[in-house]
Amino acid sequence: MSETNFESMLRRALAPVEPPADLAERLETTLQDLTEMAADELESWELSAMRDPRNWARPVAAIVIGGAAGTGLVLLRARRRAAQRRSQTGVMDAAEKALREVFSEARRLAR
Amino acid sequence: MPEPQTVDKARLDREFTELYRAHLRDVYSYSYYRVGNHHDAEDLTTQTFLQAYRHFERAQRESHGRPLRPWLIRIAHNLAANLYRDRSRKPQSALDDSGPIAALHTTEDLVQGRDELARILEAVDQLPDDRREALIMRFALGMDNREIARALGRTDGATKVLIHRATRQLQEIVEAT
Repeated sequence: MSETNFESMLRRALAPVEPPADLAERLETTLQDLTEMAADELESWELSAMRDPRNWARPVAAIVIGGAAGTGLVLLRARRRAAQRRSQTGVMDAAEKALREVFSEARRLAR
Repeated sequence: MPEPQTVDKARLDREFTELYRAHLRDVYSYSYYRVGNHHDAEDLTTQTFLQAYRHFERAQRESHGRPLRPWLIRIAHNLAANLYRDRSRKPQSALDDSGPIAALHTTEDLVQGRDELARILEAVDQLPDDRREALIMRFALGMDNREIARALGRTDGATKVLIHRATRQLQEIVEAT
């Protein structure tokens, strides 16, 4: 048998197989159910999650870390500006300006 | 006005529906020739699409517009491998040929060629896994070398050689029987 003839026989032997008529419908229903279940689960998790104190750790940690980073930034900027001025004016002036810088920087970050 | 996330989800679901309608027969045919019976083929097809649904968004993003059929067949291929591993068995019987052959061939074919087609199917079953799979993809699903290469995770060149050797080996088995 030539290669071409054999391939043609092979094509006939391995003809595509039609799935059962209702498989598409069943599959669609399963997928729809899964999507709805996933959405419901997510919604109920979001609501119940904040009632459970064990889930508060993350938001609290985020606030603490964010706050600490903000404070660090304020002090760093204020110290840098104060150091720049110290070389130009007296010690008292520098201290007063540094204090003002701390407050204005804190106000700016709070906004 | 609907949220953008809801719109995306709706679009994704619509596109996935199109995907499975377009390729249900391919996945089912592959599964059937791989596992050898309609019951397991149905299970495998369902599992394939469920898995595909879970990773559809990422697959779409990473496909860069290329067809997703090789990806689907690769999922079916991996799941079928797991199925065999879990059950520690190959298909228990030769392909249940009465269904597809009776359904897809004419009466004349059945009279004249049924024995020959049955011999070919039996020979397909004797091939090593990678060769059998390549032939199923080529002849049952009509995939080209590039698609088969993507589904099997091989280069185009290696796939061409694989199909050539598989066809030659199959012909030798059939002619020897």
